[in-house]
Amino acid sequence: MKIGVVVFPGSNCDHDCQYIFQDVLGQYVEMIWHKETLLAGLDAVVLPGGFSYGDYLRTGAIARFSPVMGAVKAFASKGGLVIGICNGFQILLEAGLLPGVMLRNTSLNFICKDVYVKVENAATRFTNQCESGQVLKIPIAHADGNYYTDPVTLGGIKANAQVLFRYCTADGKVTPDANPNGSLDNIAGIMNADGNVLGMMPHPERSAESILGNEDGRLIFQSMLSSFGKPELQSRLIGV
Amino acid sequence: MNALVITKALLEQHKLSDDEYKKILEILGREPNWTELGMFSAMWSEHCSYKSSRIHLKKLPTTGPRVVQGPGENAGAVDIGDGLCAVFKMESHNHPSFIEPYQGAATGVGGILRDIFTMGARPIALLNSLRFGGLDNANTRHLLKGVVSGIAGYGNCMGVPTVGGEIVFNDIYALNPLVNVFCLGIAKKDKIFLGKAAGVGNPVIYFGSKTGRDGIHGATMASDSFDEQAGQKRPTVQVGDPFTEKLLLEACLELMAGDCLVGIQDMGAAGLTSSACEMASREGTGVELELADVPRREPRMTPYEIMLSESQERMLMVAKAGREDEVIKICRKWDLDVAVIGRVTDTGKVVLKEHGQVVAEIPAKALADEGPRYDRPSSPPAYQEMLQALNHDALPDVKDANAALLALLDSPTIASKRWVYEQYDHMVRTNTMVRPGSDAAVLRVKGTNKALALSVDCNGRYCLLNPYEGAKIAIAECARNLACSGAEPIGVTDCLNFGNPQRPEVMWQFVLAIEGLKDACEALNVPIVSGNVSLYNETNDLSIYPTPMIGMVGLIEEADRAVTQWFKQSGDAIILLGQTREDLGGTEYLKVVHHREQGSPPLLSLETEKAVQACTIRLIREGLVQSAHDCSDGGLAVALTECCISGSAQRLGAVVQLPLDGLRRDALLFGESQSRILLSVKAEVAERVLNVAWDAGVHAARIGTVGGDRLVIQVDGDQRAAGCKIDLELTALYDHWGLAIPRALGQD
Repeated sequence: MKIGVVVFPGSNCDHDCQYIFQDVLGQYVEMIWHKETLLAGLDAVVLPGGFSYGDYLRTGAIARFSPVMGAVKAFASKGGLVIGICNGFQILLEAGLLPGVMLRNTSLNFICKDVYVKVENAATRFTNQCESGQVLKIPIAHADGNYYTDPVTLGGIKANAQVLFRYCTADGKVTPDANPNGSLDNIAGIMNADGNVLGMMPHPERSAESILGNEDGRLIFQSMLSSFGKPELQSRLIGV
Repeated sequence: MNALVITKALLEQHKLSDDEYKKILEILGREPNWTELGMFSAMWSEHCSYKSSRIHLKKLPTTGPRVVQGPGENAGAVDIGDGLCAVFKMESHNHPSFIEPYQGAATGVGGILRDIFTMGARPIALLNSLRFGGLDNANTRHLLKGVVSGIAGYGNCMGVPTVGGEIVFNDIYALNPLVNVFCLGIAKKDKIFLGKAAGVGNPVIYFGSKTGRDGIHGATMASDSFDEQAGQKRPTVQVGDPFTEKLLLEACLELMAGDCLVGIQDMGAAGLTSSACEMASREGTGVELELADVPRREPRMTPYEIMLSESQERMLMVAKAGREDEVIKICRKWDLDVAVIGRVTDTGKVVLKEHGQVVAEIPAKALADEGPRYDRPSSPPAYQEMLQALNHDALPDVKDANAALLALLDSPTIASKRWVYEQYDHMVRTNTMVRPGSDAAVLRVKGTNKALALSVDCNGRYCLLNPYEGAKIAIAECARNLACSGAEPIGVTDCLNFGNPQRPEVMWQFVLAIEGLKDACEALNVPIVSGNVSLYNETNDLSIYPTPMIGMVGLIEEADRAVTQWFKQSGDAIILLGQTREDLGGTEYLKVVHHREQGSPPLLSLETEKAVQACTIRLIREGLVQSAHDCSDGGLAVALTECCISGSAQRLGAVVQLPLDGLRRDALLFGESQSRILLSVKAEVAERVLNVAWDAGVHAARIGTVGGDRLVIQVDGDQRAAGCKIDLELTALYDHWGLAIPRALGQD
């Protein structure tokens, strides 16, 4: 698979995503400077975590105007696989590729720690290597991960099974105490209606190697790899 | 400013003494103008010139087979094999953080990061050592929150993980907190960049942020003591912009990957003045700069302001002549301001022009290297004997050991720092194998099988009671922390925080501490490769405890052998390496339970220390160890508690049996005897581990077994042993240790 990792000014998980796909999973990775306007020959695009443009304004609010985002939209509209992690998720929201917004964490602090998320839909291009209801341990690291959207949109993404990950306890209970940032309905990650764009706050690239003590996040990347070239997963959502 | 009249008040404002001014007159052969006076003031400040400390710093051991770059450059560098170097340094930002905690701490992080990537290294880890007053003080809570969010705000945005650190709370730091920041980067050994202005005719290029009027005279401010009016110095604190620094980092590393760069230095304290004169001085050249070409934030800035601005995120480099366009192109790619502002000359002088008109002309060496040096008088304080006198007989022994242990766990110095480190991104760059909360942070080195262990440490109270022994212990304990993860120490950086050097008792502390550092480093065979001195840490005439902070780097040859401090498995045997003595002086127990900070610090034998550490490293390398934890603040009882409850995955209890051996009960449980390490090992290898230890001449004893949901410590001995049993549920222990800090901050 050929993966493009977008580099915005202020991206800081770009190398980590490159390392996972290239060094750990043995894929071809191309770093894409944010001023590029064409994404040629790529099978998937990663919008990595970080502080694009310093996030001095609302997170992701400036990055969405980067020249590359036009190309990312075009890529996604043609069914290309896009994953936005943390700041990448925030950018996807600002760019309108995913519905909703990010608010400040309820604690008002940056939070970096392991959390548990429950896989709500395992029949997707990002989760097909997981079991439905499986609990993954993946770290978060953000100040603005408090997902919010209006009730109608929420109803829609739930009905469409677009909510892929929800914060939960170690044994899979979705409770207020297991919610680290106040996120609506404990949402940790959602995809678009076409099932080819994922945004998630937890960092699977930080939990994908045994030397770091946790390989749960690897399932998400392996799902992307295994779905590639499988038309039944590339078409509309399964189970809708 | 032509008709400048040098008055006593003007010199006082610039913190220059009469003798120093006379020396300036000799050097220039004339009176300085306003700009030159400002430049001398900044470069000859304590902060930049090390004038009170330099003759003593020379005694420190700085060489060794691994040393690639010792002190004197932006940072030190140590060979870690595989063609790579660890580049590291620690620096203080105490004064600015007291005046404005968020920006003071943030720009401290920014400054140390620049020191590292200026050398050609990509920063991969930050740590910090903080000192605050007690948390019952509202201003301390404000300072703690501000400093932590400042460190988080800068480091997180930069994408450099803050992987560890330590915090001590003591009222002595209430009006003079310490904020020391450590950074480590990885560079190719043959691609280390230095701050040198080589090659006459080569262009001097400025890049990064524009120069503004912020931070003027920051270096001079940092060389002053404080009073109630400290808040008025807020304008001398700079404002950080981590986003620009991130661009600067990537631009620098991209520039360094090519071959157009000759030398590079960041503009830290004393801004353009220090970078220009130090780069020229190191190489014996001169530089000529046109100030009209310096990118500026606002019009009509005077040469004085341009040269003394401490605006952040700025760099000065010397490139190869004819390669200017390449440099400019890379800087522009990263949206940075860039301008050729001068040339390297052979005059040995820093010559500043404004629109072609010379506005300052000073020999570079005079500014950078020939500042004043003082051998300041030193003598022990009158109260020293009183401090050290601790009559054990007048201290009642512990009656309720459970209560004493819980009180210690409530002490924020001992309590979990989770509230702090969860605000730091400690995992970005995906190298963090051991996260904050163990004795040392451990990071794998990508592309190798190795890992680096990092620790920062210092017990200021020990240093107050005995500066020599306290400094020795700081080195020993830092190395012990590394040993507990299986790492061999390979290099040290220090950050020497002391009071006003014009007080003989402060100089006495300083000189003795240097001796202690020297002896301990020599004994443990680890060189000091970089460092920083922060003096004048006093407010309202009260000096801080002498606090020679140590940052140490250790190497683990096989990364997957690294261990952590918490128990792993029920049934494992608990083994104590080292011996417990009656060491109550200067302990946290004495402070928390008896409200005394008195006595002599624990005795440290460097021979024993070395043997205990070597034995631990060997056992870990052989894969015999499940967990290893240093016994320090709060003694054996606190160390055992931490083994039980500090792991994030699970909590495991323990049943421990200790012989009283004629000791006081409190000394046995809470004394801080040095050179002790708690191991847990699989039961079937316990005998073997004990034999290895005894063969190595290390005192070792099996003291208990891991398991259950309680910590039980029973003491054998005469009747005196009754009443000092510890028996507490892990949930109760965690409720104190885990939540003391959020509770003190009203955020539990």
